[in-house]
Amino acid sequence: MVFFAGLVVCWEIISRLGVWDATLFPSPLQVAQTLWRSLLDLSLLRATGVSLRRILLGYGISLIIGIPLGLLLARVKWLEETVGSLVMGLQTLPSICWLPLALLWFGLNDRAILFVVVIGALLAVTVAVQDGVKNLPPVYQRAARTMGVRPLSLYTEVLLPASLPAILTGAKLGWSFAWRSLMAGELLFVSLGLGHMLMMGRELADMSQVVTVMLVIITLGLLTDRAIFGVVEDRVRERWGLTRA
Amino acid sequence: MAKLSIQGVSKKFDGRSGQVQALQDIWLDVQDGEFLVFVGPSGCGKSTLLNIIAGLDPSDAGEVLENGRKINGPGRDRSVVFQEGAVFPWLTAQKNVEFGLKQMGVSGKERAQRAEHFLHLVHLSRFRDSYPHELSGGMRQRVAIARALALDPEVLLMDEPFSALDAQTREDLYQQLHEVWERTRKTIVFVTHNVREAVCLGDRVLLFSARPGRIRAEFKIQLGRPRMVDDVDVARLAQQISNAMKEDRSRARQEEYDEDWQPAEDGVLRGAGSMLGDNI
Repeated sequence: MVFFAGLVVCWEIISRLGVWDATLFPSPLQVAQTLWRSLLDLSLLRATGVSLRRILLGYGISLIIGIPLGLLLARVKWLEETVGSLVMGLQTLPSICWLPLALLWFGLNDRAILFVVVIGALLAVTVAVQDGVKNLPPVYQRAARTMGVRPLSLYTEVLLPASLPAILTGAKLGWSFAWRSLMAGELLFVSLGLGHMLMMGRELADMSQVVTVMLVIITLGLLTDRAIFGVVEDRVRERWGLTRA
Repeated sequence: MAKLSIQGVSKKFDGRSGQVQALQDIWLDVQDGEFLVFVGPSGCGKSTLLNIIAGLDPSDAGEVLENGRKINGPGRDRSVVFQEGAVFPWLTAQKNVEFGLKQMGVSGKERAQRAEHFLHLVHLSRFRDSYPHELSGGMRQRVAIARALALDPEVLLMDEPFSALDAQTREDLYQQLHEVWERTRKTIVFVTHNVREAVCLGDRVLLFSARPGRIRAEFKIQLGRPRMVDDVDVARLAQQISNAMKEDRSRARQEEYDEDWQPAEDGVLRGAGSMLGDNI
């Protein structure tokens, strides 16, 4: 806390010294004013809303496809050798590289961005779930088999809950991929989201708006990481007995 | 008719230094209600045989009959208590015990009743809503025993279930297992490398030898129950089995170590003894 307060003070001092022009290097005060203004005229909230809606939709789709796909890839040998290696290969491609194709396929609209977000998160989630299931201690499965587990229940009642810690890691990774893909996508064309607002700031030479949006993006990232994933992960790790060293 | 009949079972593993004969031509009958213990050094195939009986691993040759019928794969009629960590951490003690019943399609109410009954049998009624991470190692193994019994199996298979526990907890669990066995009269096949544990629990102890894995000797334990680990009779029988085991053990060691390593023989520690008062 003290560190960050000091950081803000340093920032203010540097901007007061006038090393860089005020339009290029806004002071914290300017940024705070911009933040307040854009909160009042709802433009910031609207942009945040648009971006959040996109990411929740895209991320949701990647979880719904990615988790079952990861489970299957871990369990079915021939799928792993075919689809699995495809997923691995595609993962090396930053998802924003799909944007040109997506724009041609879907046009200049939400669906193109959504596609980029889904691709970005889906592969990360799939690979993490696959690894998680493959690294499970075999004893859970063996125990389940001796208790006459039904084939579907083996997935839903044993493999899935058993690999939940790994799935959460995957989900977290997927979220950060989705978030990055979304921002990259929104920066690149008119899209009304936070990324677009950032770009507008640049075009209007309003650096305090740029910094404001950056701060909002950081805040959202921290919030989801700490408040949502952090809490859930801690609880799962404790329950699964992974916290004791 | 024997409860379990193991007929000419063999099993090979591909080891790093060629094939290892884990089990060679095992013939064995287990009677109904019998408490049978497999004991032997590590790598003697005792757990392998248990897994074959459980149907978890296939044998290379021979077959296992249960009540005269050939077994194919795992089944509820043969419950297994594993060494450790097989209790599902994401379920409470009660839900763990209910797991197999749920797979059978038993209704929620009856499941809860039966889980309650078996948790009571291992004296864990108070902890039915606890998660495994909140329980001690011994309590977790008791949950595992309740979970195995809840399916009302024909045979209870136990694969070194107490080996990860401390000595005190282990002795408590011998008593509890004994009590459970008296009450339910299940046929139990119990695997251990601990000779005293074997004598303390079993009606009959089979000593396995390694490479190739074979039954080397059979010991009938005709001692009254309950037995304590420290009983003189238990100790005496355990010593007898240990002696028989020792021969094999030195042979097994020779395969695991380099040739120039010699295991210490029994006897007085001459090095330490000769130091006493030497330099006064």
